[in-house]
Amino acid sequence: MTKVSMTINGKEMSGEVEGRTLLVDFLRQNLGLTGTHVGCDTSQCGCCVVHVDGRSVKACTMLAVQANGSKVTTIEGLAAADGALHPVQAAFREHHGLQCGFCTPGMIMSAVDLLQHNANPTEHEVREWLEGNICRCTGYHNIVKAILAAAESMRGGVAHAAE
Amino acid sequence: MYAFEYKRPASLAEAAQLLSGDDEAKLVAGGQTFIPTLKQRLAQPSTVIDLGAIGELAGIREEAGGVTIGAMTRHGQVASNDVVRRVIPSLAGMAEVIGDPQVRNLGTLGGSIANNDPAADYPGALLALQATIRTNKREIAADDFLTGMFDTALEADEIIKEVHFKKPDVGHYEKFRNPASRYAIVGAYVTRYGGTVRVAITGAGACAHRWSAAESALGGNFAADAVAGLTVDAGDLNSDIHASADYRAHLVKVMTQRAVKACA
Repeated sequence: MTKVSMTINGKEMSGEVEGRTLLVDFLRQNLGLTGTHVGCDTSQCGCCVVHVDGRSVKACTMLAVQANGSKVTTIEGLAAADGALHPVQAAFREHHGLQCGFCTPGMIMSAVDLLQHNANPTEHEVREWLEGNICRCTGYHNIVKAILAAAESMRGGVAHAAE
Repeated sequence: MYAFEYKRPASLAEAAQLLSGDDEAKLVAGGQTFIPTLKQRLAQPSTVIDLGAIGELAGIREEAGGVTIGAMTRHGQVASNDVVRRVIPSLAGMAEVIGDPQVRNLGTLGGSIANNDPAADYPGALLALQATIRTNKREIAADDFLTGMFDTALEADEIIKEVHFKKPDVGHYEKFRNPASRYAIVGAYVTRYGGTVRVAITGAGACAHRWSAAESALGGNFAADAVAGLTVDAGDLNSDIHASADYRAHLVKVMTQRAVKACA
């Protein structure tokens, strides 16, 4: 067993893991952060997307030991301390960007990464960016709408009203 | 996944020492192929040596008429890097169509070419951009590096340090993507250096290879029509549920023609 320590959602956390323990299993099973989902477990669906040192990655395709010493953000770390939702979370709620909700944590973490380096994406860019996130409900239309609205709101504009 | 011992060396020398001392040890770079392979129990290494903490393997720099990229550089870094985009924009463009954004945030140049998947994008770039693969032991020309399906000229205890890509006058990578995996069913990377043309085909055969008949034809006339009369032998090409060998042979020509047109 190896001791790993990382800063997760701003808090220092550590635990004992095997070399083969996946980051997603460390988050869910050792730390109880079950907001990060496991969908396909084969690097395709993106339900497990978290940020490691500021970049979105698939937590099912990274070993926990590889993230040792890193700064990790999960869906639980997006909202403000007072519970105010992150603009992307708020936009998903406002624009009905989810149906069953299983893919939602990964969709939101991917979208937040996109908006970190592209504050004003086109619809095409949003759809291209979601290449690695699969929604089995096929609810992409409202997911894309929510991300575009979040981008607008984060730029200081007013999001389009939900239809 | 079978259990293994995990090591995270801080230097290339230390990694090489760990690797040479254990026949069953494996290196992990970005892990985007290796971790899925471990999950399926298709590999059972005694030790996994993580190259992630070795600073000398990272980084991108302009060098002697081209670009040199450290083995641990992520695809996303290559795609967005100002030097790569200025000196060899087609290489940045190629990195941008590998997998998906999250795979590109972890997957590495060194990992991709050491694995040499028949449908991977980077091996074709090695051939098209006259690359030199620098390891902890020697320099290997791209034409000598790719030796077969999932096989390279790397020795068991050899580690890729960086790759130098030579800047072409023009170049373009055209990829017919598998709609699910985004691997290349067929990809064609065409470059022109003065009157010399390189055409690297990926996805079609056992590993990336050059299409010499097209190189000759395009050397005399760098236009899509120049390859129209050529035939591609389907005999040596891959055939699977995604595409037959005949269809891949057809795609080799179409992707090459599209790449040439995009160079104009």
